[in-house]
Amino acid sequence: MAFFVARRLLYLLPVLIAVSLLTFSIASLLPGDLAYTILGDQATPENVAALRRDMGLDQPIWWRYISWLGNVLQGDFGRSFRTGQTVLQAVAERLPVSIELMLLAQFGALAIGVPLAIVCAARSGGPFDRFMTGTAFGMLSVPTFLSAILLIYFFAVELRWLPATGYVPFAEDPAANLRFMVLPALTLALAEWPGIMRVLRSDMIATLQEDYIALAKAKGLKASRILFVHALKPSSLTLVTITGINIGRLIGGAVIVETVFALPGIGRLLIGAILTRDLIILQGVVLLVGAGFVIMNFIVDLLYAVLDPRIRHGHA
Amino acid sequence: MATLELEVAEEAVSQPARKGRRLGMLFWAAIGWMTFVFAVAVFATVLPLPSPTDMDLLEKRAPFSAAHWLGTDGLGRDELSRLIYGARISLVVGLCAPVIGLTVGGALGMLAGYFRGRFESTVVGSMDVLLAFPPLVLALAVTAYLGQSIFNLTCILGVLGIPAFMRVARAATLTLARREFVIAAQALGATHTRILLRELLPNVMLPLFAFFLLAVAVTIVVEGSLSFLGLGVPPPISSWGSMIGEGRESLDVAPRLAFMPAAAMFLTVLSFNLVGDTLRALTDPRQGAL
Repeated sequence: MAFFVARRLLYLLPVLIAVSLLTFSIASLLPGDLAYTILGDQATPENVAALRRDMGLDQPIWWRYISWLGNVLQGDFGRSFRTGQTVLQAVAERLPVSIELMLLAQFGALAIGVPLAIVCAARSGGPFDRFMTGTAFGMLSVPTFLSAILLIYFFAVELRWLPATGYVPFAEDPAANLRFMVLPALTLALAEWPGIMRVLRSDMIATLQEDYIALAKAKGLKASRILFVHALKPSSLTLVTITGINIGRLIGGAVIVETVFALPGIGRLLIGAILTRDLIILQGVVLLVGAGFVIMNFIVDLLYAVLDPRIRHGHA
Repeated sequence: MATLELEVAEEAVSQPARKGRRLGMLFWAAIGWMTFVFAVAVFATVLPLPSPTDMDLLEKRAPFSAAHWLGTDGLGRDELSRLIYGARISLVVGLCAPVIGLTVGGALGMLAGYFRGRFESTVVGSMDVLLAFPPLVLALAVTAYLGQSIFNLTCILGVLGIPAFMRVARAATLTLARREFVIAAQALGATHTRILLRELLPNVMLPLFAFFLLAVAVTIVVEGSLSFLGLGVPPPISSWGSMIGEGRESLDVAPRLAFMPAAAMFLTVLSFNLVGDTLRALTDPRQGAL
C-alpha cells in the first residue's frame, strides 16, 4: 500500500505542475493585457508602461511563471485589483457554501440512485426496471440549468414552497440555510442520480449471479438482507470510481447552480471575476479549483485501492 | 487478454445485422427530429420568418398569433424565428466543435495506439493535464480571456473534447492493431501510412462516429450552459441557452419563454444521445449492458 501511495504521489506532482503551467499560460499567453484591463479606457501608454513595470509584466515569461509559482507555494495567490481582497480570503469565504452544496447534492443523488438501482437490479428486465432505465437515460439529456429553471418554476413560482434565490449561513440559522439549499442541491442531485443508478444497477446485476448469492438464497435469507448486506458492498466499487469522474461535472454544475440560485460560492466568485474582468481572482480560482480537482481524484484513487486490493498490485 | 478481445470484436461484426431490425420507434423518431431541426436551421434564411432581432416594444411577450406563431419575447422579438436561428447556433457549435475533437483526438489516438512507446505516453500524459480541470471551468476561463464569439467558443469546446476522442480512438486501435488483417498487411510489407489509413481507419471510424454523436449532445449542453450564463455567444445572436437565460427573468408572467427553447434543447440533446447510444451499443457490445 505504501508503495502504491508513493507511486501515485509521484504521478500527482507533474500533473499539479502542469495544472499550474496551464493556468498561468491561459492568463499570460492569451491576448488581452492585464495592465490595460486594470487601467480601463483612460489608459495612457505611460501609465500602462509604469503599471506593467510594477506588476513585473515586462519580465520574461519564464521568470514571471517562476516568481508567480514561488508566491503561490508560499500561499500568496495575489489580490483582487477591484476589491482588494486576497484570492485566499475570497475563496475561504465562499468555499463552505460550495462544499455544503456539493455534499448535499451527492447525498441526494445517492439517496435517489442507490435504492432505485437495487430495486431495478432485483427485478431486472421487469416493467419497473425498464421504466426507470428509460427515465435515467432521459434525465441524462436534461442540462443542469434546465432542471434549475423547472424546479424554480414549480416550487418557487407556482407553489411558493421554497425560495428561488438567496442564502443564509448555516451558523446563523441552520433551518433557513437548509431551506435555501434544498432547490440548488436537488437540481444538482437530479443531474447526478442517473449515472449512479446506471452503474450500480449493472454491477449489481452481475453480483447477483455469483454463487454466494445463490448460497444465501438457499440458506433462506430474506431478499432485502441479500440485496443490502451481501450484494451492495461488492457492487459499489465502480460507483467509487465514477464518483471521481463525476466530481468534475459536479463542480461545473455547481458553477451554474450557484449563479442561478444566487448562492455565494466558488462558482459565483468565478463568474463574477469573469464578468468584472478581475483576472487575478480568476487565475487564482482556476488554479485552486484545478488543483483541488486533481487532489480529490487522487483521494478517490486511494480509496478505490483500499476497497479493491487488485488495484494496489497493478492488475485491474 | 488477446483472445478475449478477439471474441468480443468478432461479436461486434455479427451484431449489427441482428440488432438492425430492433432499432425501434424511438431511434427513428430521434432521427426524424434531428433531420427536422437540421433542415429548419439550414433553410432559416429562406423560410418566411420575421427577423429574429427586430424588436417591437408594443408587442412584448405577445401570445401566439398569426403574425407571431409562437408569440414574442420580452423585447417583442418573434419567438419562433429566434428558436430557429438559435438552432443554427446550437448546431454550428454542437457539430463543429466535436469535428475538431474527432480529427485531432482521433488522429492522436490512432497514432498512439498503433506506434505505442514513448509517443503514446506523451500523448496520454498531456491529455491527462487537459482532463485535470473541470471542463466547464476551463471553458469559462479561456472564453474570458479570448473573448466571446462563435468561433472562439467552437475552438475551445473542440479542444476540450480532444482527450475523450483520443481515448476512444486509442482503445479501438489497440485492439484492432493485434488482429490478423493488420498483421497480414504488415507481413505483406504495407507502409505504416497504408495500414493506418486503409486497414485501421475504416474500423476505428465506427466507434468514433458513435462517440461523435454523444459528443454533439454534450457540446450543445455546454454551449447552452455558457450562453445561459451570458458567457457564450455574444448578445444580439439568439442561442437556445441565452433564450432560456432571458426567459428565466419572466418565469412568473411568461414561463413559455423559458420552456420552449428548453424543450427544443432537451429534444435535440435526447435525440443525439439516443442515436449515439444505439450506435455505440452496436459497435461496442462490451458496454452494451449499461
